[in-house]
Amino acid sequence: MSELTLTVMRLGFLAVLWLFVIVAVQVIRSDLFGTRVTQRAAARRPDQAPQQRRPQQPAPRGRQRRGAPTKLVITEGSLAGTTVALQGQTITLGRAHDSTIVLDDDYASGRHARIYPDRDGQWIVEDLGSTNGTYVDRGRLTTPVPIAPGTPIRIGKTVIELRK
Amino acid sequence: MSSTSTTTVSTGGLPSRRNTELAMLVFAVVIPILAYANVGLAKDETIPAGMLGYGLGLGLMAGAAHLVVRRWAPYADPLMLPIATLLNGLGLVLIWRLDQEPEITTSALGGPMAADQLIWSTVGVALFLAVLIFLKDHRILQRYTYISMVVALILLASPIFIGESVNGARIWVQIPGVGSLQPGEFAKIVIAVFFAGYLMVKRDALALASRRVMGVYLPRGRDLGPILVIWAISLMILIFETDLGTSLLFFGIFVVMLYVATERTSWIIFGLLLSASGAVFVASTNAHVGQRVDNWLNPLALENDGVTETAQSMYAFGSGGLFGSGLGQGYSRLIGGIAAKSDYILATVGEELGLAGLMAVILLYALLIERGMRTALAARDPFGKLLAVGLSGIFAIQVFVVAGGVTGLIPLTGMTMPFLAQGGSSVIANWALIALLLRISDTARRPAPAPAPSPDAEQTQVVRV
Repeated sequence: MSELTLTVMRLGFLAVLWLFVIVAVQVIRSDLFGTRVTQRAAARRPDQAPQQRRPQQPAPRGRQRRGAPTKLVITEGSLAGTTVALQGQTITLGRAHDSTIVLDDDYASGRHARIYPDRDGQWIVEDLGSTNGTYVDRGRLTTPVPIAPGTPIRIGKTVIELRK
Repeated sequence: MSSTSTTTVSTGGLPSRRNTELAMLVFAVVIPILAYANVGLAKDETIPAGMLGYGLGLGLMAGAAHLVVRRWAPYADPLMLPIATLLNGLGLVLIWRLDQEPEITTSALGGPMAADQLIWSTVGVALFLAVLIFLKDHRILQRYTYISMVVALILLASPIFIGESVNGARIWVQIPGVGSLQPGEFAKIVIAVFFAGYLMVKRDALALASRRVMGVYLPRGRDLGPILVIWAISLMILIFETDLGTSLLFFGIFVVMLYVATERTSWIIFGLLLSASGAVFVASTNAHVGQRVDNWLNPLALENDGVTETAQSMYAFGSGGLFGSGLGQGYSRLIGGIAAKSDYILATVGEELGLAGLMAVILLYALLIERGMRTALAARDPFGKLLAVGLSGIFAIQVFVVAGGVTGLIPLTGMTMPFLAQGGSSVIANWALIALLLRISDTARRPAPAPAPSPDAEQTQVVRV
């Protein structure tokens, strides 16, 4: 076997090995575009959502009253601008990783508060025994209270409100 | 569902990527076949006779694995299986290539090993298939948290009682009719299951009950309990089995998972302090470990009127240079004994493929670990997250410890390079590990099911009469 052939084979094999690595990185790259990082810009609208998202499941609107809030907006704090659609599910807030909204806030407890619809479709906020409390209109929550759209709810440095 | 993904990266309905996986798999089978041809042409100037058999064997394994993934884990990560196949294939070629050296393939050293390794790989892939088919959901493992602790401790302790000492390390168990088995390789997976289940329950207590002193969180005394117990067990492994690798892996993985579960840097500091003090203590009292440290500090010192294995592997890396000597044209047989095929197989990569090839192989490991961590990020349940971190952390620590040992960065520990090195237990256990990661990644990337229609909605429906 001539020296030249062996050299070509040696470099060729290295090239093929690196080609595999590069193709693998390309696969990862295309995977990145399949994922979605939620926009935190305040002016985000649903129709500006990235292309790859799944078609929206029809929300169970049957029990929502006319004029009921449709989304929860974080107006202050490190997550300001984040919106969450209200689709009849309970929203938990806190630093715990499995919360619906994971608060990155030193003053929030692990499981701080939850917001859920009652049987009439009225949204209720309930403090889950947090250390620093949940405030609605400057008053600290002691019992679950119904909240109207536009009422600021303060948890630590984070302020959220429901909007139509 | 935009409601579930406000702050974290989420997988928004990924395509299943099975065809990408198939293409990558074909690529991953072709590369080892090329390597066979390369070795044969370089050594005997002919295409080796066994090439078709090995290529076919590897191809069948990959094909079966792909079909099962397609059927039972359709949303799993597209890269893990091809990378594992490629590493396994390259390992088979390198072992076969070292079998061609008569000096290290004497019957006293066990004869040629590539055929056995192919059989073990097949067993490994069979276990991979079994895990994917029979484990429908990784959360089932959560039920067996404390059982897996007991199983892991039995596996880890078994070589002390029924094992035998080989090359100074007491990590093998003889099974009549099958051969010797390294229970530690299987224990590492089981222990990750235990840590994930345990830390998921205890992480709040470990993370939150702490005082802040000089910028680090000091855990309470009683919360230090688990880490001290694990530390003591890993020291016992080190003392009674003189197995540096398993001990380091066992303790390292606990610290990694503890850090991920609690987000407290102080655990890493405690872990490093404990492992450093433990290592110094054992190195100064245990002769076998002390000798490994001596070899690391003075690799060029003569031992029994010859150079040490560490020195030989360094010479191999040096002679490989940037682009290597070419497959089949190196002298890594000089490392001597069976070690060239197992612990020091990376030296052969470094010599025959050079720095360029070695970096490609290490990048392959890095990509595999990245996919594992990525799976952990995408997983929705805390147990799955911790388990994925644990399994890919095992992989990462193992690669670091072996590669660091062979290149002289840290003392050699006698662990195997996953998939690449000769060794049945290792390849079987690593295939099972990949299967578990694929299972978690399938659950993580699977699109969320449509919400069930609420019964209230039907009650309040307006019926037109």
